[in-house]
Amino acid sequence: MSTLVCVKRVVDSSGQVVLTEDGQAVDGRYAGFTMSVHEECAVEIAVRTGDATVMTLGDTDAVEQLRAALAVGCTAATHVVADQQAFGPADVAREIAAVVRDQGHDLVLLGNDASDTGDFQVGIRLAYELGWPVVNGVTEVSVDDGVVTARGAGPGGVETYRLPLPAVVTVLEGGVEPRYPTVPGRMRAKKVAIDEREPTSQPQGPGRVRLLLRPPVPSSVQVLGKGAEAAPAVVDLFEQLGVISR
Amino acid sequence: MILVLVETDLAGTVAEVSREALTFGRSLAEAGGDVPLDAVVVGEPAPDVVEQLGAFGVRDVHALTGAAFDGYAGAAWAAGVLHVRAGTGAVVVMAAGTPRGNEVMAHTAARADVPMAANVLSFSGLAPFTVTRQVVGGSALEEMRLTQRPVVFTVAGHAVDARPAGQPGTANVVLERPEIAAADLVARVVSTEDPEPDLSGSLRSAKVVVGAGRGAGSADGFADLLELTELLGASLGVSRVVTSLGWRPHHEQVGQTGSRISPDLYVPCGISGAIQHWAGCSSAKTILAINTDAEAPMVTRATYAVIGDLHEVVPAINAEIKRRRAHGAGA
Amino acid sequence: MATVPATAKVVVIGAGIVGNSLVHHLARLGWRDIVQIDKGPLPNPGGSTGHASNFIFPVDHSREITDLTLDSMRQYKEMGVFTESGGFELARTEARMEELRRRMSSARAWGIEAQLVDPEFVKDKVPFIETDQFIGAFWTPGVGVVDSLRAGTIMRERALETGALTVVPNVEVVGLDVDDGRIRRVRTSRGDIEAEHVVIACGVWSPKIGDMAGISIPLTPAVHQMVSVGPCPQLAEREGEISFPIIRDMDTFCYERQHGADMEVGSYAHRAILHEPEDIPSLEQATLSPTEMPFTPDDFDPQLEQAYELMPDLLGAEGAQMRYAINGLLSLTCDGSPILGESLVNGLWTAAAVWIKEGPGVGRAVAEWMVNGRSEIDLSHSDIARFHPHQMRREHTRLRTTESFIKTYGIVHPGEQYESDRGRRLAPMHAAQRRLGAVFFETGGWERPHWYESNAGLVVEYGAAVMPREHEWDARWWSPIINAEHLRMREAAGIVDLSAFEVFDIVGPGALETVQTVCVAQCDVPVGKVVYTPVLDPAGCLRSDLTVMRLGGEHFRVVTGAAHGPVDRKWFGDHVPADGATTLMNRTDDVVTIGLWGPRARDILASLTSEDVSDGGFGFLTCREIQVKGVPVLASRISYVGELGWELYVTVDDAAAVWDALLDAGTTYGAVPVGIGVYGTTGRIEKGYRAFGFELDGERTIVEAGMQRPKVKAADFVGKAAYLHQRESAPARVLCTMAVDDHTSAAGTKRYMLGGEPVLTRSGAPLTDDRGAHPYVTSAGPAPSLGKHLLMAYLPPDEAVVGNELAVSYMEELYPVTVVSTDATPAFDAANERIR
Repeated sequence: MSTLVCVKRVVDSSGQVVLTEDGQAVDGRYAGFTMSVHEECAVEIAVRTGDATVMTLGDTDAVEQLRAALAVGCTAATHVVADQQAFGPADVAREIAAVVRDQGHDLVLLGNDASDTGDFQVGIRLAYELGWPVVNGVTEVSVDDGVVTARGAGPGGVETYRLPLPAVVTVLEGGVEPRYPTVPGRMRAKKVAIDEREPTSQPQGPGRVRLLLRPPVPSSVQVLGKGAEAAPAVVDLFEQLGVISR
Repeated sequence: MILVLVETDLAGTVAEVSREALTFGRSLAEAGGDVPLDAVVVGEPAPDVVEQLGAFGVRDVHALTGAAFDGYAGAAWAAGVLHVRAGTGAVVVMAAGTPRGNEVMAHTAARADVPMAANVLSFSGLAPFTVTRQVVGGSALEEMRLTQRPVVFTVAGHAVDARPAGQPGTANVVLERPEIAAADLVARVVSTEDPEPDLSGSLRSAKVVVGAGRGAGSADGFADLLELTELLGASLGVSRVVTSLGWRPHHEQVGQTGSRISPDLYVPCGISGAIQHWAGCSSAKTILAINTDAEAPMVTRATYAVIGDLHEVVPAINAEIKRRRAHGAGA
Repeated sequence: MATVPATAKVVVIGAGIVGNSLVHHLARLGWRDIVQIDKGPLPNPGGSTGHASNFIFPVDHSREITDLTLDSMRQYKEMGVFTESGGFELARTEARMEELRRRMSSARAWGIEAQLVDPEFVKDKVPFIETDQFIGAFWTPGVGVVDSLRAGTIMRERALETGALTVVPNVEVVGLDVDDGRIRRVRTSRGDIEAEHVVIACGVWSPKIGDMAGISIPLTPAVHQMVSVGPCPQLAEREGEISFPIIRDMDTFCYERQHGADMEVGSYAHRAILHEPEDIPSLEQATLSPTEMPFTPDDFDPQLEQAYELMPDLLGAEGAQMRYAINGLLSLTCDGSPILGESLVNGLWTAAAVWIKEGPGVGRAVAEWMVNGRSEIDLSHSDIARFHPHQMRREHTRLRTTESFIKTYGIVHPGEQYESDRGRRLAPMHAAQRRLGAVFFETGGWERPHWYESNAGLVVEYGAAVMPREHEWDARWWSPIINAEHLRMREAAGIVDLSAFEVFDIVGPGALETVQTVCVAQCDVPVGKVVYTPVLDPAGCLRSDLTVMRLGGEHFRVVTGAAHGPVDRKWFGDHVPADGATTLMNRTDDVVTIGLWGPRARDILASLTSEDVSDGGFGFLTCREIQVKGVPVLASRISYVGELGWELYVTVDDAAAVWDALLDAGTTYGAVPVGIGVYGTTGRIEKGYRAFGFELDGERTIVEAGMQRPKVKAADFVGKAAYLHQRESAPARVLCTMAVDDHTSAAGTKRYMLGGEPVLTRSGAPLTDDRGAHPYVTSAGPAPSLGKHLLMAYLPPDEAVVGNELAVSYMEELYPVTVVSTDATPAFDAANERIR
């Protein structure tokens, strides 16, 4: 069985978001780049399933994310070298499908949604490109004898899917703890030759006009006081809310 | 015609997010010259649901029925939506930005070979149809053009307040029984169980959570916070920077990449309130922020705030609680 | 929202290790109304202190840095935040072993316990190390780690307890108001503070804050990469933060430092990754903290591989993962020294580009400097006033730090020259010098010929007298041509380019008062007199030595060395009366100095002028304007090489012509151009002339240096009371000159000391003076006229006896030396007859 896991180089958005001057992308100069947490979990699941290839579509710097996935256990990497800003979700799905057809994977894992563009659709579009079934937004995935079992939270409880390979599965964080790289792992990763390729077709684009920062929300906060002197008012509030007994 | 996929909650009423989506859809319908607003539901709707949909201005409620809809399958739902769309000629197909909503709309868009916009907050033009949607976990917005038909999108939670129509109407129920291909049922929920008690459950289900951020200062800066946590019978939750710096274990992390909490009271101490953290705690009923910076996002969004260094404020609160308890015990 | 106090005696900007230490020491020394602000929260506002690896190796080749480090270690220990771990510096190559031997010299000179050990010794203490990766190590048992955040909190709290301090975190400086050359006000996001003094202790942000007051704080934020690998079972089984010695793998520029169950691997091997202070993210924008920038793994991979080879079992242990990796920002400067002291804006101080190991020591020293006008530890290499204008440019700092980053753990020869950003200041005769094959060394941005390849023929002529050097290290950045030039100067004459001299004029009604106040020597002399004088600080320690010419009743010219020139200029400037009637004018860039010395100097000058240049007509220590081949020249009869001759001050426009004329006229008399190798070393050391920054510094006195004159002038001057007191008591140490008796090493190679070596008894036992200091070589250099290699050192008084037989340790071998002079008496021409 062969697994492909797809990752995307995104700006680490745990700090305040800064946009590039042209408003077309998030600026990573302060925060740096990473892959989405959902994808880190997808990579973790992929390496648990056995031989896993990682792929990305992005500019030359995106090799850093491929190496990161290799360092935690992926064994091969494919890099579709392209300006990811120019690629919409359908374009990306088409490029992944080309790689899958070319390399012959049985299972494709993706993150449920990218932490930057939040399109929620690449995995599903990929499934239609391939004519495969797709399970979306699960946290646990196991493969046994050609059958994928996937579980995730649904509106009525924990939902289980069971389906034969080949399949596309998109992963949400929370089910597995992504491992950190080891020193030997990182060194192995450095030595893996990355399969670089060009996009197979012209992208249609993401329909993006521009990015904007969110305007601040007007505050309606009630200030109880300053410093240690506010303690009685705080405890009054605790009592009023019933979180401590009087 | 505008078609909204409506989700019902376990109690059998229209989910709040779907009401918001309907409200959004109605404003779009009005902007388009009072075009009709239809709903799609899965399964035959209860009378209450039909009444609620009518109140929100829905003309027809298309109910997808048949064995294909017994267990959830995103592809089958999308096939159902497109079946309705084919019958009604809807130019807009939309849903709430829930996991189901996003998934079904993605299927719908893929099948129709049109773009899809997730988590839309507003629209700013009809020709070309331009929306503003949440990206980067809500930290930024994207203006996006949807030039193809049908327009497919989902509405972000809280994008609009749910408001019934000015003139409540009566919705007609239309039973739909689309043919669903076997291929669309391969990826299908085969069983649903009650959630297992999970390890970070104490945090996720806690009624009171004490939060700690960078303001704790170091790994040794948590003693007072842990005491407060204990005094309140609360759980400790921390911001991502705290776990990234190795001050506290990852399972205590609250935020987009940690646990999402919904306590009655959340007391974030020394947390500035980056949007990633906010995403994990915005469901708290009451927030009391303790922070040195009165302009910190966590403070401005909180219900209550104390301005000060947590290392001064928290010990004072602890002392006050203990003083009152001692007093109470003595009385 | 908390506001800041409206007024303060001093505002300390920054709550890292430096700012915290400063407020503590300022309060301890009695200052009140101290306000400390930081834009971040406490106790970790997000600067470099917060991510420091916090280990301290005390031995450095610089005495100043070592003393600051030792003082810091004392303070950390007193606060209970120091954990001794011991530390090894590994050598993978023989060249590094030699450097470690040199390090032993420094350890002995500064009195720090250290030992050269074999790989098995290391393995015994660090069992997970691979001994086949290195050949030896330098063991310092006193190495340890500190909790710098805790130390900062303790020091801040101590200051708070005295009631002297107000701390306001989360407040940002938005402006600094300067009026009439003095700091007046700090403007912050929470209100303005009127302040007498302001200290910028903002680490990597300092340049940005300095710009607000129009001062340059030339440091650059640079990346130091660090990863943390763990949990490692070998580490986890021991309790506490650190129980294994720290490893500095010097040849791979890496360190491995245990931190609990994790091993931190840090590197100084990667490319220099520099940032601009303005481009450091805010707390909100940063993923971790503003100075923990996103890790760039590609840069680190080669180091990781080397670290893994050194400790494969540990770093490859089951379960050991890279859990934390940063590009940590720290501050680098163009010369590697901190930036301390009062800026060109009065009352505006800096304390920046400081490492954890020096933090508390710097805090104490700068506080002393602010309160007492001087610090116990001499800070002259770190003085912000040291920078020349070209060094204040950010571009210079960027270029120099890009070049020097790799030298952090490098083997740096004491004579090593920078390659980047050279050629900033060229003498008018530079092109002519180039044609003569001048080899240029840089000082203060000036390109100065150190020797001339055109004189290579003299090496053959003088043969063994040029004292050729066999060992590559001794001969690096050196040439026997220097000694040949020296011999020719003593035989005929030498012509020296001294364009780099810092020259400034003090003119006006307060000029005499200014020079009298600053200088020890009597400056109220007739017009046309030249005065050589020490300059003291308020405690009577040496601040400089320089010459003063009285050019008019209200006109004095001060001439001093390039390296220390800007500091001297500031010091004089600070003593010019504030009424505006007297001014200090920097003439450095429009006056060129050319030296002419040697027994034929008078003949050469006489051939170019109609003036009377006989001893009677132009006496020693006088100056006057003369015409040299029709060009007006201020000639000053003085010598730093012990020969008859003049310094000739010429305008920039005329300098090249005068230079050519001198060389041309000199040919007849056998004169040659000679470089700074002669002027700065061989010529002066034969004459026992002291040099500031070597023999003379802020921890030495005139009496110790043996420079006292029979009388002290009646007029008051800075440091007078202390100086009078020093004259009454026996010195704690005495500056002596020694000659090396035998240069032959165990390997049979003749070795030549370069300076900095410890002076020991003949049998190799350490010497200690009353203040606990150990003698070391302040200057070393050949005396070609004597055929000797001379060393200068401050010896304990008992040892300061002519003929006393001692030893110098060089590369861990002892060489016999004998004291030849215990005062200013020159080893060569003791009666100074040649100067006449």
